[in-house]
Amino acid sequence: MSVRSVFEIIGPVMVGPSSSHTAGAVRIGNVARAVLGEEIRRAEITLYGSFAKTYKGHGTDRALVAGLLGMSGDDPGIKDSLNRAAALGLEVQIGLARGEEFHPNTADIELTGVSGKRIFLRGSSVGGGNILITRINQYDLSLTAHEPTLIVEHLDRPGVVGRVAGILGDNGINIAEMRVTRGNLTEDKIMVLETDNQVSDEILVAIARLPNVTAVIRI
Amino acid sequence: MRRKNTISELVAVAETRGCSLWQVILEKEERLQGRDRKDIWRTMEKYWAVMKESLDAGLQPGNRSLSGLVGEEGFLLTRYLEKAKPLSGSGSVLAAARAMGVAVVNASQGRIVAAPTAGSCGILPAVLATVAERTGASEEAVIGALFTAAGVGMVIDEQASTAGAKGGCQAECGSASCMAAVAAAEMAGGTPRQAVNAGALALKNFLGLVCDPVAGLVEVPCVKRNAIGAAVALLAADMALAGIESKIPLDEVIQAMKEVGDALPDSLKETSLAGLAATPTAREIEKRIGAGDRGNNHPGLLKV
Repeated sequence: MSVRSVFEIIGPVMVGPSSSHTAGAVRIGNVARAVLGEEIRRAEITLYGSFAKTYKGHGTDRALVAGLLGMSGDDPGIKDSLNRAAALGLEVQIGLARGEEFHPNTADIELTGVSGKRIFLRGSSVGGGNILITRINQYDLSLTAHEPTLIVEHLDRPGVVGRVAGILGDNGINIAEMRVTRGNLTEDKIMVLETDNQVSDEILVAIARLPNVTAVIRI
Repeated sequence: MRRKNTISELVAVAETRGCSLWQVILEKEERLQGRDRKDIWRTMEKYWAVMKESLDAGLQPGNRSLSGLVGEEGFLLTRYLEKAKPLSGSGSVLAAARAMGVAVVNASQGRIVAAPTAGSCGILPAVLATVAERTGASEEAVIGALFTAAGVGMVIDEQASTAGAKGGCQAECGSASCMAAVAAAEMAGGTPRQAVNAGALALKNFLGLVCDPVAGLVEVPCVKRNAIGAAVALLAADMALAGIESKIPLDEVIQAMKEVGDALPDSLKETSLAGLAATPTAREIEKRIGAGDRGNNHPGLLKV
């Protein structure tokens, strides 16, 4: 492997004990929080593989909840996240699955927000703090959340993709990668766009107002 | 494709210019990253500050990892040092205590600096803090030593690996001990050649060391391997400063480490399927701290 910086060897500053079981888990929590997009009331977390087997000793549960609370992977508060969640009235339930069908470090997260909104997310920690989100609600996808990412849920009608891309282009936002996936219903669809820079609130609102767009998520 | 870096090249540049290894490595970082030297230096200062915090936190009484398997080892060893005349020299005992302390901070979900990994994070800060104390080295010299250590780690990572899952513990604690030995020898006034000799002497002693964590946790035997990795680094630095050379140059030791790592079966590369992780005691521990048993943590909040 080619190493480009001394700080790939000394660093990162992180909360232990393991980048995949802590930093990666925090990031999965961060993405779930962004996908819900409102204050969380209840979190049901199911752990698979090595997450299920070693979460207690690795503090993976604390890391996931820290991510749900918006902490980053080097926040010393991770250790205390369960208490903090309890104090905030966030109910957390951890379940274990014995299935081997997913990547060894996988978590399913179901969140309920203050408005009653519910979301589902499946994410894996794939090493060195990197993650892969493989499912959001009814959509199978493959999301690293390395770059600023925009998820647009919309009806399967002609012209939606073009109008979203148009708004981004008009605002000087370059699309690095883009995928469009159908859900399991007949006319629901999702667009995942990785952009070179972060999308502003104004652009987000403009996209959300487009005809046939049902939801916009910024990660 | 860019040619891979070697240790001999680093030494050659330092010798030609009559400068330290850390200067060569810092300048290289400037070129690679296109970043201002002061800015790079400040980042390393921040990392050292976090390392110092973890060194302090690690020696407090009452430390305990999340699983409870490890905790007060560093504290016990420093207390022993106050009363007894250690058999192996107070420097190595103190460094070993500090290394375990930092490793426990990691295992208790505290904040550390990966160096090169979280599992081996105790060795480098422990060795540098101890050498700085014994030589009266300035804060600046310690930052310089961190660049030297990082430069050596970059070569190891490029030529072999610094991940236990790829190369076994030799790639984690072995690399950390090697990096610390080079940095320690240079900090104590050794020439670049002596410094890399120290690294070779240290790393040779870890070849073949497997990664076999009990119950899959970064605790047993990792915490104590950090201790012994720190002590080996100091002894290797002393040997090199005394004029002892490694007959096998560091570049070739690193190459050997890669070959040994490739030859290790997967069962001995962080999978907890063999080695210490498969001993009867380890299996007992695994059962005892299994995920289903949450003890009295947060009753009512977590329903497993």
